Amino acid sequence: MNKDTTLSRSSVDTNATPIVSMQKLNKHFGKLHVLKDVDLEVTPGEVVVIIGASGSGKSTMIRCINGLEEFQKGQLTVDGNSLSPDGKANRALQQIRTEVGMVFQQFNLFPHLSVLDNVTLSPMKVRNTPRAEATQTANRLLERVGIADQSDKYPTQLSGGQQQRVALARALAMEPRLMLFDEPTSALDPEMIGEVLDAMRELAREGMTMVIVTHEMNFAREVADRVIYIHKGEIVEQGTPEDVFDNPQNERTQSFLARVLTH
Amino acid sequence: MDITFHFNWQAAFDSIPYLLKGVPYTLLISFGGLAIGFLLGIFFGLLRISPMQWLRWPAITYIEVFRGTPVLVQVLFIFYGLPQLLGGPIDAVTAGIAAIAVNSGAYISEIVRGGVQSIERGQREAGLSLGLSRVQTFRYVIWPQAFRRMIPALGNQGIISIKDTSLFAVIGVGELVRQGQIYIATTFNALEVYMMVAIMYLIITLTLSIALRMLERKGLVGQ
Repeated sequence: MNKDTTLSRSSVDTNATPIVSMQKLNKHFGKLHVLKDVDLEVTPGEVVVIIGASGSGKSTMIRCINGLEEFQKGQLTVDGNSLSPDGKANRALQQIRTEVGMVFQQFNLFPHLSVLDNVTLSPMKVRNTPRAEATQTANRLLERVGIADQSDKYPTQLSGGQQQRVALARALAMEPRLMLFDEPTSALDPEMIGEVLDAMRELAREGMTMVIVTHEMNFAREVADRVIYIHKGEIVEQGTPEDVFDNPQNERTQSFLARVLTH
Repeated sequence: MDITFHFNWQAAFDSIPYLLKGVPYTLLISFGGLAIGFLLGIFFGLLRISPMQWLRWPAITYIEVFRGTPVLVQVLFIFYGLPQLLGGPIDAVTAGIAAIAVNSGAYISEIVRGGVQSIERGQREAGLSLGLSRVQTFRYVIWPQAFRRMIPALGNQGIISIKDTSLFAVIGVGELVRQGQIYIATTFNALEVYMMVAIMYLIITLTLSIALRMLERKGLVGQ
Protein backbone atom coordinates (compact mmCIF):
# COMPACT_ATOMS: atom_id res chain seq x y z
CA MET A 1 0.00 0.00 0.00
CA ASN A 2 1.17 3.47 -0.79
CA LYS A 3 1.59 5.28 2.49
CA ASP A 4 2.57 8.90 2.52
CA THR A 5 1.89 10.14 5.99
CA THR A 6 5.07 12.07 6.60
CA LEU A 7 3.68 15.35 5.30
CA SER A 8 0.77 15.68 7.67
CA ARG A 9 2.70 14.36 10.65
CA SER A 10 5.56 16.77 10.30
CA SER A 11 3.18 19.68 10.86
CA VAL A 12 2.20 18.53 14.36
CA ASP A 13 3.87 20.42 17.17
CA THR A 14 3.18 18.30 20.23
CA ASN A 15 4.25 21.05 22.60
CA ALA A 16 1.59 23.50 21.37
CA THR A 17 -1.50 24.24 23.46
CA PRO A 18 -4.18 21.71 22.52
CA ILE A 19 -7.01 23.13 20.42
CA VAL A 20 -9.43 20.61 21.92
CA SER A 21 -9.19 19.54 25.51
CA MET A 22 -11.80 17.12 26.78
CA GLN A 23 -11.53 15.89 30.34
CA LYS A 24 -13.62 13.17 31.93
CA LEU A 25 -16.53 13.95 29.65
CA ASN A 26 -19.74 12.12 30.49
CA LYS A 27 -22.94 12.11 28.49
CA HIS A 28 -26.27 10.40 29.06
CA PHE A 29 -29.21 10.00 26.69
CA GLY A 30 -31.83 9.37 29.34
CA LYS A 31 -30.67 6.20 31.05
CA LEU A 32 -28.14 5.41 28.37
CA HIS A 33 -24.61 6.33 29.37
CA VAL A 34 -23.14 7.23 25.95
CA LEU A 35 -19.80 8.73 26.90
CA LYS A 36 -17.87 7.54 29.95
CA ASP A 37 -15.01 9.64 31.27
CA VAL A 38 -13.74 10.46 27.79
CA ASP A 39 -10.40 12.30 27.64
CA LEU A 40 -9.22 13.78 24.38
CA GLU A 41 -6.60 16.34 23.50
CA VAL A 42 -6.07 17.48 19.95
CA THR A 43 -2.92 19.39 19.03
CA PRO A 44 -3.01 22.02 16.27
CA GLY A 45 -2.16 20.38 12.95
CA GLU A 46 -3.01 16.91 14.19
CA VAL A 47 -5.28 14.50 12.31
CA VAL A 48 -7.19 12.30 14.75
CA VAL A 49 -9.32 9.46 13.43
CA ILE A 50 -11.94 7.89 15.68
CA ILE A 51 -13.06 4.37 14.87
CA GLY A 52 -15.55 2.07 16.53
CA ALA A 53 -18.74 0.12 15.99
CA SER A 54 -21.98 1.98 15.30
CA GLY A 55 -23.55 3.12 18.55
CA SER A 56 -20.17 3.24 20.28
CA GLY A 57 -20.48 7.00 20.86
CA LYS A 58 -17.90 8.18 18.35
CA SER A 59 -20.27 10.57 16.54
CA THR A 60 -21.63 11.86 19.84
CA MET A 61 -18.08 12.53 20.97
CA ILE A 62 -17.24 14.85 18.08
CA ARG A 63 -20.67 16.47 18.17
CA CYS A 64 -19.88 17.53 21.75
CA ILE A 65 -16.88 19.48 20.46
CA ASN A 66 -19.06 22.04 18.64
CA GLY A 67 -21.95 21.83 21.07
CA LEU A 68 -24.42 19.96 18.86
CA GLU A 69 -24.67 17.60 21.82
CA GLU A 70 -24.67 18.62 25.45
CA PHE A 71 -22.78 16.70 28.09
CA GLN A 72 -23.56 16.28 31.76
CA LYS A 73 -20.19 16.03 33.46
CA GLY A 74 -16.59 16.90 32.71
CA GLN A 75 -14.68 19.71 31.09
CA LEU A 76 -14.40 20.76 27.49
CA THR A 77 -12.28 23.60 26.13
CA VAL A 78 -12.10 24.34 22.42
CA ASP A 79 -9.59 26.94 21.26
CA GLY A 80 -9.66 28.66 24.64
CA ASN A 81 -13.46 28.66 24.98
CA SER A 82 -14.83 26.55 27.80
CA LEU A 83 -18.19 24.84 27.55
CA SER A 84 -19.99 23.99 30.74
CA PRO A 85 -22.07 20.84 31.24
CA ASP A 86 -25.65 21.24 29.99
CA GLY A 87 -24.50 24.58 28.59
CA LYS A 88 -27.19 26.53 26.85
CA ALA A 89 -26.38 28.59 23.77
CA ASN A 90 -23.95 31.19 24.98
CA ARG A 91 -21.12 33.31 23.72
CA ALA A 92 -18.46 30.61 24.10
CA LEU A 93 -20.55 28.16 22.12
CA GLN A 94 -21.10 30.70 19.35
CA GLN A 95 -17.37 31.46 19.27
CA ILE A 96 -16.51 27.78 19.02
CA ARG A 97 -18.90 27.23 16.16
CA THR A 98 -17.44 30.07 14.11
CA GLU A 99 -14.00 28.50 14.46
CA VAL A 100 -14.85 24.83 14.13
CA GLY A 101 -16.16 23.53 10.81
CA MET A 102 -18.16 20.35 10.42
CA VAL A 103 -18.96 17.98 7.58
CA PHE A 104 -21.94 15.69 8.10
CA GLN A 105 -22.79 12.21 6.91
CA GLN A 106 -25.89 13.50 5.07
CA PHE A 107 -24.12 16.60 3.68
CA ASN A 108 -26.89 18.88 5.00
CA LEU A 109 -26.49 21.41 2.21
CA PHE A 110 -29.19 24.09 2.10
CA PRO A 111 -31.47 22.92 -0.73
CA HIS A 112 -33.08 26.33 -1.28
CA LEU A 113 -29.74 28.04 -1.96
CA SER A 114 -27.43 27.70 -4.94
CA VAL A 115 -24.03 26.08 -4.44
CA LEU A 116 -22.43 29.52 -4.32
CA ASP A 117 -24.95 30.86 -1.78
CA ASN A 118 -24.44 27.77 0.38
CA VAL A 119 -20.79 28.70 0.65
CA THR A 120 -21.16 32.47 1.07
CA LEU A 121 -24.06 32.48 3.56
CA SER A 122 -22.23 32.21 6.84
CA PRO A 123 -19.18 34.39 5.99
CA MET A 124 -21.65 37.11 5.00
CA LYS A 125 -23.98 36.73 7.98
CA VAL A 126 -21.53 35.79 10.73
CA ARG A 127 -18.36 37.57 9.70
CA ASN A 128 -20.05 40.39 7.75
CA THR A 129 -17.81 39.69 4.78
CA PRO A 130 -18.90 41.81 1.77
CA ARG A 131 -20.60 39.77 -0.96
CA ALA A 132 -17.88 40.33 -3.55
CA GLU A 133 -15.18 39.11 -1.22
CA ALA A 134 -17.25 36.15 -0.01
CA THR A 135 -17.96 35.17 -3.61
CA GLN A 136 -14.29 35.33 -4.48
CA THR A 137 -13.37 33.11 -1.54
CA ALA A 138 -16.20 30.71 -2.36
CA ASN A 139 -15.11 30.37 -5.97
CA ARG A 140 -11.54 29.69 -4.91
CA LEU A 141 -12.69 27.00 -2.45
CA LEU A 142 -15.09 25.42 -4.95
CA GLU A 143 -12.29 25.27 -7.47
CA ARG A 144 -10.07 23.65 -4.90
CA VAL A 145 -12.59 20.86 -4.27
CA GLY A 146 -13.17 20.50 -8.00
CA ILE A 147 -16.66 21.98 -8.50
CA ALA A 148 -15.94 25.47 -9.77
CA ASP A 149 -18.20 25.10 -12.81
CA GLN A 150 -21.27 24.13 -10.76
CA SER A 151 -21.65 27.16 -8.52
CA ASP A 152 -24.99 28.28 -10.00
CA LYS A 153 -26.59 24.85 -9.58
CA TYR A 154 -28.70 23.75 -6.66
CA PRO A 155 -27.53 20.96 -4.33
CA THR A 156 -30.07 18.41 -5.59
CA GLN A 157 -28.65 18.78 -9.11
CA LEU A 158 -25.29 17.43 -7.92
CA SER A 159 -24.12 13.90 -7.19
CA GLY A 160 -23.56 12.84 -3.59
CA GLY A 161 -19.80 13.15 -3.92
CA GLN A 162 -20.11 16.64 -5.37
CA GLN A 163 -22.54 17.65 -2.61
CA GLN A 164 -20.14 16.49 0.06
CA ARG A 165 -17.32 18.47 -1.52
CA VAL A 166 -19.54 21.57 -1.55
CA ALA A 167 -20.23 20.91 2.13
CA LEU A 168 -16.49 20.83 2.72
CA ALA A 169 -16.03 24.12 0.84
CA ARG A 170 -18.89 25.64 2.83
CA ALA A 171 -17.22 24.74 6.12
CA LEU A 172 -13.81 25.97 4.93
CA ALA A 173 -15.29 29.34 3.93
CA MET A 174 -15.37 30.23 7.63
CA GLU A 175 -11.60 29.65 7.79
CA PRO A 176 -11.96 27.17 10.63
CA ARG A 177 -9.09 26.30 12.96
CA LEU A 178 -10.46 22.79 13.36
CA MET A 179 -12.53 20.56 11.09
CA LEU A 180 -14.84 17.81 12.33
CA PHE A 181 -15.94 15.03 9.98
CA ASP A 182 -18.85 12.84 11.02
CA GLU A 183 -18.73 9.76 8.78
CA PRO A 184 -18.33 11.93 5.66
CA THR A 185 -18.40 9.04 3.19
CA SER A 186 -20.96 6.71 4.80
CA ALA A 187 -23.89 7.98 2.71
CA LEU A 188 -22.01 7.92 -0.58
CA ASP A 189 -22.09 5.45 -3.44
CA PRO A 190 -18.79 3.53 -3.52
CA GLU A 191 -17.56 5.21 -6.70
CA MET A 192 -17.84 8.64 -5.06
CA ILE A 193 -16.01 7.91 -1.85
CA GLY A 194 -12.59 8.42 -3.43
CA GLU A 195 -13.20 12.01 -4.54
CA VAL A 196 -14.28 13.08 -1.05
CA LEU A 197 -11.37 11.30 0.62
CA ASP A 198 -8.99 12.96 -1.87
CA ALA A 199 -10.27 16.39 -0.87
CA MET A 200 -9.82 15.52 2.81
CA ARG A 201 -6.34 14.11 2.15
CA GLU A 202 -5.42 17.40 0.49
CA LEU A 203 -6.68 19.32 3.50
CA ALA A 204 -4.68 17.15 5.89
CA ARG A 205 -1.58 17.69 3.81
CA GLU A 206 -2.05 21.45 4.12
CA GLY A 207 -1.88 21.10 7.88
CA MET A 208 -5.55 21.45 8.87
CA THR A 209 -6.39 20.11 12.32
CA MET A 210 -8.96 17.39 11.79
CA VAL A 211 -11.04 15.03 13.91
CA ILE A 212 -12.59 12.36 11.71
CA VAL A 213 -15.11 9.66 12.48
CA THR A 214 -14.96 7.11 9.69
CA HIS A 215 -15.27 3.48 8.69
CA GLU A 216 -12.65 3.88 5.95
CA MET A 217 -9.80 2.01 7.60
CA ASN A 218 -7.30 2.37 4.77
CA PHE A 219 -7.89 6.10 4.71
CA ALA A 220 -7.49 6.24 8.50
CA ARG A 221 -4.20 4.38 8.29
CA GLU A 222 -2.96 6.76 5.64
CA VAL A 223 -3.89 10.21 6.99
CA ALA A 224 -4.14 9.77 10.76
CA ASP A 225 -1.50 10.96 13.16
CA ARG A 226 -3.44 9.18 15.85
CA VAL A 227 -6.18 6.57 15.81
CA ILE A 228 -8.64 6.23 18.67
CA TYR A 229 -10.78 3.15 19.16
CA ILE A 230 -13.94 3.77 21.14
CA HIS A 231 -16.13 1.00 22.52
CA LYS A 232 -19.43 1.55 24.35
CA GLY A 233 -18.59 5.16 25.15
CA GLU A 234 -15.06 4.52 26.36
CA ILE A 235 -11.73 5.09 24.68
CA VAL A 236 -10.14 1.66 24.99
CA GLU A 237 -7.12 2.16 22.80
CA GLN A 238 -5.26 4.88 20.94
CA GLY A 239 -1.95 5.37 19.19
CA THR A 240 -0.36 5.76 15.79
CA PRO A 241 -2.09 3.92 12.94
CA GLU A 242 0.67 1.31 13.04
CA ASP A 243 0.16 0.73 16.78
CA VAL A 244 -3.59 0.41 16.55
CA PHE A 245 -4.01 -1.40 13.23
CA ASP A 246 -0.94 -3.65 13.24
CA ASN A 247 -0.44 -4.29 16.91
CA PRO A 248 -3.65 -3.67 18.87
CA GLN A 249 -3.22 -4.33 22.57
CA ASN A 250 -6.82 -4.46 23.76
CA GLU A 251 -8.82 -7.55 22.89
CA ARG A 252 -11.92 -5.52 22.00
CA THR A 253 -9.86 -3.53 19.50
CA GLN A 254 -8.52 -6.79 18.13
CA SER A 255 -11.95 -8.30 17.62
CA PHE A 256 -13.34 -5.07 16.10
CA LEU A 257 -10.46 -4.85 13.64
CA ALA A 258 -10.73 -8.52 12.82
CA ARG A 259 -14.35 -7.92 11.85
CA VAL A 260 -13.83 -4.76 9.76
CA LEU A 261 -10.50 -5.57 8.12
CA THR A 262 -11.21 -9.09 6.87
CA HIS A 263 -13.72 -8.23 4.17
CA MET B 1 -100.45 24.01 -14.42
CA ASP B 2 -97.39 25.15 -16.20
CA ILE B 3 -94.37 24.16 -14.19
CA THR B 4 -91.83 24.93 -16.85
CA PHE B 5 -89.21 27.18 -15.39
CA HIS B 6 -87.24 29.52 -17.56
CA PHE B 7 -83.84 30.54 -16.32
CA ASN B 8 -84.06 34.31 -16.45
CA TRP B 9 -80.72 35.34 -17.95
CA GLN B 10 -81.70 38.97 -17.87
CA ALA B 11 -82.28 38.85 -14.11
CA ALA B 12 -78.90 37.18 -13.62
CA PHE B 13 -77.09 39.87 -15.59
CA ASP B 14 -79.06 42.67 -13.99
CA SER B 15 -77.92 41.56 -10.55
CA ILE B 16 -74.22 41.82 -11.41
CA PRO B 17 -73.67 45.55 -10.76
CA TYR B 18 -75.47 45.21 -7.46
CA LEU B 19 -73.54 42.12 -6.41
CA LEU B 20 -70.24 43.71 -7.41
CA LYS B 21 -70.76 46.26 -4.65
CA GLY B 22 -70.33 43.37 -2.21
CA VAL B 23 -67.06 42.13 -3.69
CA PRO B 24 -64.81 44.79 -2.10
CA TYR B 25 -66.20 43.86 1.34
CA THR B 26 -65.67 40.17 0.73
CA LEU B 27 -62.08 40.85 -0.39
CA LEU B 28 -61.37 43.31 2.39
CA ILE B 29 -62.61 40.99 5.13
CA SER B 30 -60.93 37.92 3.60
CA PHE B 31 -57.53 39.34 2.88
CA GLY B 32 -57.46 41.76 5.81
CA GLY B 33 -58.35 38.90 8.14
CA LEU B 34 -55.91 36.49 6.49
CA ALA B 35 -53.03 38.98 6.66
CA ILE B 36 -53.51 39.39 10.39
CA GLY B 37 -54.19 35.65 10.69
CA PHE B 38 -50.87 34.93 9.00
CA LEU B 39 -49.01 37.06 11.55
CA LEU B 40 -50.93 35.42 14.40
CA GLY B 41 -50.16 32.03 12.84
CA ILE B 42 -46.42 32.69 12.69
CA PHE B 43 -46.43 34.01 16.24
CA PHE B 44 -48.45 31.22 17.85
CA GLY B 45 -47.04 28.53 15.54
CA LEU B 46 -43.53 29.33 16.71
CA LEU B 47 -44.60 29.57 20.36
CA ARG B 48 -46.22 26.17 19.90
CA ILE B 49 -42.84 24.58 19.12
CA SER B 50 -40.85 26.49 21.70
CA PRO B 51 -38.73 24.30 23.96
CA MET B 52 -40.19 26.27 26.89
CA GLN B 53 -43.41 24.78 28.19
CA TRP B 54 -44.67 28.09 29.61
CA LEU B 55 -44.56 29.50 26.06
CA ARG B 56 -46.23 26.47 24.52
CA TRP B 57 -49.36 26.40 26.61
CA PRO B 58 -50.74 29.85 25.65
CA ALA B 59 -50.29 28.83 22.01
CA ILE B 60 -52.05 25.51 22.54
CA THR B 61 -54.91 27.30 24.32
CA TYR B 62 -55.29 29.85 21.52
CA ILE B 63 -55.23 27.18 18.79
CA GLU B 64 -57.70 24.87 20.50
CA VAL B 65 -60.18 27.64 21.39
CA PHE B 66 -60.34 29.28 17.96
CA ARG B 67 -60.05 26.10 15.92
CA GLY B 68 -62.62 24.33 18.08
CA THR B 69 -65.42 26.91 17.86
CA PRO B 70 -67.42 27.88 14.75
CA VAL B 71 -66.39 31.06 12.98
CA LEU B 72 -70.06 32.11 13.01
CA VAL B 73 -70.13 31.94 16.81
CA GLN B 74 -66.85 33.85 16.90
CA VAL B 75 -68.18 36.72 14.78
CA LEU B 76 -71.46 36.87 16.74
CA PHE B 77 -69.43 36.98 19.96
CA ILE B 78 -67.24 39.78 18.63
CA PHE B 79 -70.06 41.81 17.08
CA TYR B 80 -72.77 41.42 19.74
CA GLY B 81 -70.85 40.19 22.77
CA LEU B 82 -67.70 42.28 22.94
CA PRO B 83 -69.50 45.66 22.85
CA GLN B 84 -70.99 44.78 26.24
CA LEU B 85 -67.46 44.50 27.57
CA LEU B 86 -66.04 47.46 25.70
CA GLY B 87 -68.99 49.73 26.24
CA GLY B 88 -69.25 50.72 22.59
CA PRO B 89 -70.34 49.19 19.29
CA ILE B 90 -67.96 47.41 16.94
CA ASP B 91 -68.19 48.06 13.25
CA ALA B 92 -69.46 44.98 11.38
CA VAL B 93 -66.55 44.95 8.90
CA THR B 94 -64.05 45.20 11.76
CA ALA B 95 -65.82 42.33 13.53
CA GLY B 96 -65.62 40.26 10.33
CA ILE B 97 -61.91 40.94 9.85
CA ALA B 98 -61.26 40.10 13.51
CA ALA B 99 -63.19 36.82 13.27
CA ILE B 100 -61.31 35.71 10.13
CA ALA B 101 -58.02 36.78 11.72
CA VAL B 102 -58.37 34.79 14.94
CA ASN B 103 -59.94 31.80 13.20
CA SER B 104 -57.48 31.49 10.32
CA GLY B 105 -54.66 32.35 12.74
CA ALA B 106 -55.40 29.21 14.73
CA TYR B 107 -55.25 26.99 11.64
CA ILE B 108 -52.20 28.80 10.24
CA SER B 109 -50.41 28.24 13.58
CA GLU B 110 -50.68 24.52 12.95
CA ILE B 111 -49.57 24.97 9.33
CA VAL B 112 -46.50 26.91 10.50
CA ARG B 113 -45.74 24.29 13.14
CA GLY B 114 -46.00 21.46 10.63
CA GLY B 115 -43.89 23.32 8.06
CA VAL B 116 -41.08 24.15 10.47
CA GLN B 117 -41.07 20.69 12.03
CA SER B 118 -40.88 19.06 8.61
CA ILE B 119 -37.41 20.50 8.01
CA GLU B 120 -34.74 17.88 8.69
CA ARG B 121 -32.79 18.31 11.93
CA GLY B 122 -29.56 18.31 9.91
CA GLN B 123 -30.43 21.67 8.37
CA ARG B 124 -30.48 23.32 11.77
CA GLU B 125 -27.29 21.56 12.81
CA ALA B 126 -25.54 22.64 9.61
CA GLY B 127 -26.57 26.27 10.18
CA LEU B 128 -25.43 26.25 13.81
CA SER B 129 -22.17 24.47 12.96
CA LEU B 130 -21.35 27.30 10.54
CA GLY B 131 -21.56 29.81 13.36
CA LEU B 132 -24.99 31.19 12.52
CA SER B 133 -26.96 32.12 15.63
CA ARG B 134 -30.21 30.31 16.35
CA VAL B 135 -32.19 33.27 15.01
CA GLN B 136 -30.06 33.47 11.84
CA THR B 137 -30.35 29.73 11.33
CA PHE B 138 -34.11 30.03 11.53
CA ARG B 139 -34.30 33.06 9.26
CA TYR B 140 -31.92 32.00 6.49
CA VAL B 141 -32.07 28.21 6.63
CA ILE B 142 -35.26 26.87 8.23
CA TRP B 143 -37.94 29.44 7.41
CA PRO B 144 -37.40 29.77 3.62
CA GLN B 145 -37.66 25.99 3.25
CA ALA B 146 -40.57 25.67 5.67
CA PHE B 147 -42.51 28.47 3.95
CA ARG B 148 -42.32 26.71 0.58
CA ARG B 149 -43.74 23.57 2.09
CA MET B 150 -46.52 25.60 3.72
CA ILE B 151 -47.82 27.18 0.49
CA PRO B 152 -50.38 24.49 -0.47
CA ALA B 153 -51.86 24.40 3.04
CA LEU B 154 -51.92 28.21 3.22
CA GLY B 155 -53.78 28.26 -0.09
CA ASN B 156 -56.37 25.91 1.34
CA GLN B 157 -56.83 28.09 4.39
CA GLY B 158 -57.15 31.19 2.20
CA ILE B 159 -59.96 29.62 0.19
CA ILE B 160 -61.73 28.40 3.32
CA SER B 161 -61.56 31.85 4.90
CA ILE B 162 -62.83 33.59 1.76
CA LYS B 163 -65.87 31.32 1.83
CA ASP B 164 -66.30 31.79 5.59
CA THR B 165 -66.90 35.51 5.03
CA SER B 166 -70.26 34.56 3.48
CA LEU B 167 -71.48 33.84 7.03
CA PHE B 168 -71.04 37.49 7.94
CA ALA B 169 -74.23 38.40 6.07
CA VAL B 170 -75.86 37.66 9.42
CA ILE B 171 -74.25 40.66 11.11
CA GLY B 172 -75.21 42.87 8.20
CA VAL B 173 -71.88 43.29 6.43
CA GLY B 174 -72.70 44.23 2.83
CA GLU B 175 -70.59 41.45 1.36
CA LEU B 176 -71.52 39.22 -1.58
CA VAL B 177 -74.17 37.06 0.05
CA ARG B 178 -75.78 39.97 1.87
CA GLN B 179 -75.98 41.96 -1.38
CA GLY B 180 -77.57 38.95 -3.06
CA GLN B 181 -80.13 38.54 -0.29
CA ILE B 182 -81.15 42.19 -0.49
CA TYR B 183 -81.46 42.03 -4.26
CA ILE B 184 -83.55 38.84 -4.11
CA ALA B 185 -85.86 40.46 -1.57
CA THR B 186 -87.05 42.86 -4.27
CA THR B 187 -86.81 40.73 -7.44
CA PHE B 188 -87.43 37.16 -6.16
CA ASN B 189 -84.92 35.71 -8.65
CA ALA B 190 -83.23 33.45 -6.05
CA LEU B 191 -81.95 30.87 -8.54
CA GLU B 192 -80.30 33.36 -10.87
CA VAL B 193 -78.88 35.62 -8.19
CA TYR B 194 -77.43 32.90 -5.95
CA MET B 195 -75.87 31.35 -9.02
CA MET B 196 -74.19 34.65 -9.80
CA VAL B 197 -73.06 34.88 -6.17
CA ALA B 198 -71.55 31.40 -6.44
CA ILE B 199 -69.79 32.30 -9.68
CA MET B 200 -68.26 35.38 -8.09
CA TYR B 201 -66.86 33.31 -5.21
CA LEU B 202 -65.46 30.89 -7.77
CA ILE B 203 -63.74 33.69 -9.67
CA ILE B 204 -62.10 34.92 -6.46
CA THR B 205 -61.01 31.49 -5.26
CA LEU B 206 -59.81 30.31 -8.69
CA THR B 207 -57.68 33.44 -9.06
CA LEU B 208 -56.11 32.70 -5.69
CA SER B 209 -55.52 29.05 -6.62
CA ILE B 210 -53.79 30.00 -9.86
CA ALA B 211 -51.65 32.67 -8.17
CA LEU B 212 -50.55 30.18 -5.52
CA ARG B 213 -49.76 27.52 -8.08
CA MET B 214 -47.49 29.99 -9.85
CA LEU B 215 -45.83 30.96 -6.60
CA GLU B 216 -45.30 27.31 -5.76
CA ARG B 217 -43.78 26.53 -9.14
CA LYS B 218 -41.40 29.43 -8.72
CA GLY B 219 -40.46 28.18 -5.28
CA LEU B 220 -39.73 24.67 -6.50
CA VAL B 221 -36.26 25.65 -7.70
CA GLY B 222 -33.69 23.49 -6.02
CA GLN B 223 -36.20 21.43 -4.08
